[in-house]
Amino acid sequence: MVDDLDYRKAELHKPTSRTVIILTLLLALFFNALPWQGIGLILRPDALAVMLLYWSMNRPSYIGMGVAWIAGLLADVGDASVLGQHALAYTIMAYGGLLLHRRLHMFHLHQQVPQIFGLFFLSYAIYAFTHWQINQITMWWYFLGCFTSTLMWALVNVLAQYLKQRRADRDNA
Amino acid sequence: METSHPFRFSDRGPSSLVRLIFLIALSILLIFVDLRYRSLESTRRTLSLLIAPVQRLAVLPEIYWDSFRERMYKQDSVVRYNIALEQRHQRDLILLQRLQALEAENQRLRTLTSLTLPNVPSMTVTEVLYSERDVFKRRIWIDKGMNANIQPGQIVLDAKGLVGQVTRVYPWLSEVSLITDKDQAVPVQVQRNGLRTFVQGTGNIANLSIRFLPITADIQVNDILITSGLDGVYPLGIPVARVVKVDKDGNTPFARILCIPLGGVDEARHLTIMPVLPKLPEIPVDPVPEKPVKGKQKKHGG
Repeated sequence: MVDDLDYRKAELHKPTSRTVIILTLLLALFFNALPWQGIGLILRPDALAVMLLYWSMNRPSYIGMGVAWIAGLLADVGDASVLGQHALAYTIMAYGGLLLHRRLHMFHLHQQVPQIFGLFFLSYAIYAFTHWQINQITMWWYFLGCFTSTLMWALVNVLAQYLKQRRADRDNA
Repeated sequence: METSHPFRFSDRGPSSLVRLIFLIALSILLIFVDLRYRSLESTRRTLSLLIAPVQRLAVLPEIYWDSFRERMYKQDSVVRYNIALEQRHQRDLILLQRLQALEAENQRLRTLTSLTLPNVPSMTVTEVLYSERDVFKRRIWIDKGMNANIQPGQIVLDAKGLVGQVTRVYPWLSEVSLITDKDQAVPVQVQRNGLRTFVQGTGNIANLSIRFLPITADIQVNDILITSGLDGVYPLGIPVARVVKVDKDGNTPFARILCIPLGGVDEARHLTIMPVLPKLPEIPVDPVPEKPVKGKQKKHGG
């Protein structure tokens, strides 16, 4: 608990800057825009969703539903899907992230994973549902992306914890 | 801990639930407007300018990897490849000369019968930037857009056959729907006997299908399908697909026919865009809707 407080204090002194947040979101767009094909495309985690969810849980004052909605529009343009499809899915996912934000620190990483998976599944399901409504087709393997996205979220989390811890150590020293 | 971090968004503007409902409504409205009225293309183009730099950057790793691999090729394999290309070029030149002679002859014959023949403007060669990033779609993106005067509806082919059709044009790139996309249909004819039909994408990478062809139709495995040029979008005679399976089940009035595309729908890197064809004359309107108009004229006259 004391550790947690220390780390929280450090976090309060130096909140993640806006630039870092925007950079990670741009990086996520870049990641999604890489020329994925075949199996890689099916298994590709949705990095933009991962980063939006991460920031909406950790910095809800910067990244909320509005940003998620705009990012969703950009994703729609990038993927040539119907305008609003990603926006709808991301907005609802970001809302879930905001709700989770309150109890985030009460759980360990492995306890958070099922909840996160649920949110990704919801977001993918909304996208697939609108797609099905529009084009009358959907494919079950589309949902494989939820698993890889959750995995990516966990990796991002571990990395962020490590970076924060290192910064806190440096500040204390 | 809860008290030190209160639930904050309530004191900034409307509550999060209200905002959620507002944004959901906005998204659904956007989806509806985009689907129904197709009037958001300019918005889409403007937004595409924002992410175009990121998209361009994302293609770079693959390009560098390709050029790295090319440099790794040994000298002799390059030489061998060059010789093979040279031989093919010679062969093609002879074919091209014959084609030019035929074209000239064709033009003369057409002037004799006073048919108009559109003169063919030059074609645009383009490079594939990336292929479909949405698992539901069969689309590719090419590196020419409004800057090269590309227009939606132009058709895209490679050396082996038809590949697709330009469906959206952005300032620096265009989106091409492959013929294997579920929404694409191409008017074709069987090369052997001129039987006309449509070939449709199945959404599957390797397959096209022909629906609504009666089981009595004369179509066989290994028949080559070429464009029939009937709708004025695809010019006559471009190879499209080869029939691989004909399933004439007595239970249904239509044969189930599977084909594979001839063009390198999924592998070609350089593609050719055909110029816009001249518009065909409009189909005459049915005489049925003319009646009320006549009635109106009579009224005006009387």
